[in-house]
Amino acid sequence: MLEVESLTTCYGAVRALDGVSLTVPDHSVTAVLGANGAGKTTLLRTITGLVRPVSGAVRYDGKELTGLPVEDIVRHGVAHVPEGRGVIQELTVEENLRLGALWRSDKRDRARALEEVYGLFPALGERRRRSAFTLSGGERQMLAIGRALMARPRMLLLDEPSLGLAPLVTAQILSLLAGLVRRQRLTVLIVEQNAASALSIAERAVILSLGRVAVADAAARVAADPNLHHHYLGF
Amino acid sequence: MNGDPQRSAGLAARSPRLPRQPLARHLTLAVAAGIVLFFITAGLGSYGNFQVSQIAVYAIAVAGLTLLTGGNGQISLGHGALMAVGAYTTALLIARTHTPVWVTILAGGAAAAVLGLIIGLAAARLRGPYLAGVTLALALALPEVAVKYSGVFGGEQGITVPPLTAPGSLSAERWLAWVCLIAALAVMVLLANLNRSRFGRAFRAVRDDEIAASLAGVNVPRTQILAFVVSSACAGLAGALYGFGTGIVNPGEFTIGLSISLLAGMVIGGAGSLAGAWWGALVLVLVPQWSTSFSNSLNLPSGVASNLALIIYGAVLIVVMILAPAGIQGGVRRLLGLPRLPAARVPVLGRWQAARSRDRAQAEGSRVGSADHIP
Amino acid sequence: MGRFTDLTLNGITYGMIYAAVALGLVLIWRATRIINFAQGGMAMLTTYVAVTLIGNHIGYWIAFVIALVAGLVFGAAVERVIIRPVEGKPPVNAVIVTLGLLILVEAVAGAIWGGGDRSFPAYFSETGLRAGGRQIAFSPFDIFVLSAVVLMLLALAVLFQHTHTGLRMRAAAFAPEVARLLGVRVGRILTLGWALAALAGSLAGLLVAPKVLLYPNNMDTVLVFAFTAAIIGGLDSPLGALVGGLVTGLALSYVGGYLGSSLETVGALVILLVVLMARPEGLFTRSRPRRV
Repeated sequence: MLEVESLTTCYGAVRALDGVSLTVPDHSVTAVLGANGAGKTTLLRTITGLVRPVSGAVRYDGKELTGLPVEDIVRHGVAHVPEGRGVIQELTVEENLRLGALWRSDKRDRARALEEVYGLFPALGERRRRSAFTLSGGERQMLAIGRALMARPRMLLLDEPSLGLAPLVTAQILSLLAGLVRRQRLTVLIVEQNAASALSIAERAVILSLGRVAVADAAARVAADPNLHHHYLGF
Repeated sequence: MNGDPQRSAGLAARSPRLPRQPLARHLTLAVAAGIVLFFITAGLGSYGNFQVSQIAVYAIAVAGLTLLTGGNGQISLGHGALMAVGAYTTALLIARTHTPVWVTILAGGAAAAVLGLIIGLAAARLRGPYLAGVTLALALALPEVAVKYSGVFGGEQGITVPPLTAPGSLSAERWLAWVCLIAALAVMVLLANLNRSRFGRAFRAVRDDEIAASLAGVNVPRTQILAFVVSSACAGLAGALYGFGTGIVNPGEFTIGLSISLLAGMVIGGAGSLAGAWWGALVLVLVPQWSTSFSNSLNLPSGVASNLALIIYGAVLIVVMILAPAGIQGGVRRLLGLPRLPAARVPVLGRWQAARSRDRAQAEGSRVGSADHIP
Repeated sequence: MGRFTDLTLNGITYGMIYAAVALGLVLIWRATRIINFAQGGMAMLTTYVAVTLIGNHIGYWIAFVIALVAGLVFGAAVERVIIRPVEGKPPVNAVIVTLGLLILVEAVAGAIWGGGDRSFPAYFSETGLRAGGRQIAFSPFDIFVLSAVVLMLLALAVLFQHTHTGLRMRAAAFAPEVARLLGVRVGRILTLGWALAALAGSLAGLLVAPKVLLYPNNMDTVLVFAFTAAIIGGLDSPLGALVGGLVTGLALSYVGGYLGSSLETVGALVILLVVLMARPEGLFTRSRPRRV
């Protein structure tokens, strides 16, 4: 379980996160929603240590994550697919994937993980030797997720996976994530501006507004409340 | 004397006896300093006066570099070579023609300014390490020219420079000290006024945020060129006067070590202020002297004596840059517990840096250790 | 014709040396976005280590290897101690740090070994071979220079393309933040990058010292030429360093041969200005637009 406790992050004088507290229960999907600039991306970046908070703490399965160097986060079972996907275009598809598991020492399990990812995303398997530059948006998203899965994480953080993708592709990817949660008992924290699609696979929803938690509730209730949509999510 | 407008204005506000007009204020300070220094030179022996002249010479060069780097954000490794240009011009004019000495000195500054213009034109769009690399090439290329055309330039031996003829019964060293001091004070007044003017504002604007400056209507290339030309003229003038002090002008005097020493002097003096140039100059003259006597007293081999000063400069440059949190300015002043200079920052976003940010964004990541930056 | 051949061969040999130093500059640039102005100076220092060992009757090859290892260690130490604190700061800071390191290293060398020229032994004959009935400007030592640099380039290419470490290094160079999220210890990778760059520089220092003699400033112009080579090839491209090195070596050889031997640095300055004005990104930097 991920626990975020009174997290405050500042960029200079701007408080991007202002005392944010939330919990992400295991083996489920939690959606973090909110308008542009609400602090969603900052939340993920603070959790994984790319940004240091001014105060507050982040704990995963009881272990304190705040203050750890970024490269240690994945070793604690947390994989982050950053905003923009972070696909390294100069490397091939397979090199991107292998990179995800390099920190693990079990060579055979790394090979097995690679085959599992190709099983999950056949399109990647077909393009394994191609430069990642040549992939389409949807394929890049699959690559980014597959690469994160190579680390056999227990929790996956995704920052706006639907960005720039066609609705059909987005739906495919999200249903795939839901399937992973069920079959592999993965925990997913997904940040989205596209609230509707995220809510469709989430159990819990948290809405951030101006760096604070405005709403934290079951996803179904959030999805059904038109006032919330209007007030925080812009539709 | 400080080129920073806010501080000068503050100074004027606090000392009601100083005139409020910047030019008058700078002149008054210069004259006051001149009078104090006059009495100091009267009390010093011939070696002391020689040192005063050297300090004044370095102050001119370092002040020019301060304008260029601290004030405008351009980094140059060529200022030793520009001093050489001034020195050789003056020496050649004296040796081969009957030009009046004063004219030769000014010609030295002018010649360096012309070279500065050429380099500035070619390098106006270069930033950071690119400009440093080009000026490094210049610094190493110029001595080659002197050796290649040794008929004109005297080759490795160089050209001798006769000392300035002192009026009346004044000692040559004291006269030289006066001449150099007057030149230095005049340069300080001019640079202080330049800093106060719209040109100075343009320099600082480009230094701080090139894109914002150009959007605000500043002609960035012209600003960069002007800063380069002015600082080159200072270096040339310093070089011209330098020749009179050492009596000889040859390639060995103007090495890359000199260029980096000037940088060290600027950094040690605090790269934001003209007053700092005097401190830097003091260091550049006194440290080598101290190093020599120090290693002689410990009977260290002669190699150590001649290199100790450069070792100190190198170590200081490294340490100051490591400890300085946001740039050159913070460093030494913070170490000394002095208040921070306002509006005196090292360029954070020159065009090169902007391109680097673009690279950074394109690489879908950011620099290691920059986790605190806005993504 | 003979003169042209000689100048060409000479240019190729020196060009490979510039390529080695340029490769070091490229490695460091890709890792930390810094131009290491002390690259030549660091190489000079390890060359002095070698000549001191040889003077104390240590075998040439052992001294050679020790100098290379010293380069590795020196590069790693410099990154960890001096460069790490300025990596995230404005670029002017790093420029000044490496310049400070340059005069520090040159002054230390002068203090320890004096400023005079020293000869550095070449294990192979430096006498030109005979071809086509005349002696050409290409000696067994030059063959060694070419082979050594090519070998090093191949070894580095294998390292980068076919090892886990190389994959980590490329990832850290292209996308350091993403690499960290994937568990790559980017800090250690940067240290390794600097170590390898210093190794390349040390090799160049050992190869050039027999030709230009050893003295504290002997790598100053080599650095300028290597910088020119790296700019020509593109600061992001190791292949560019090789091509740029050869181009620079040839161009300066012709300049020196036809215009006068002491005008090489002037030639480099002109080339530098022309390239920076015409195509500052170099020959091999990708200009494709990046999609997200």
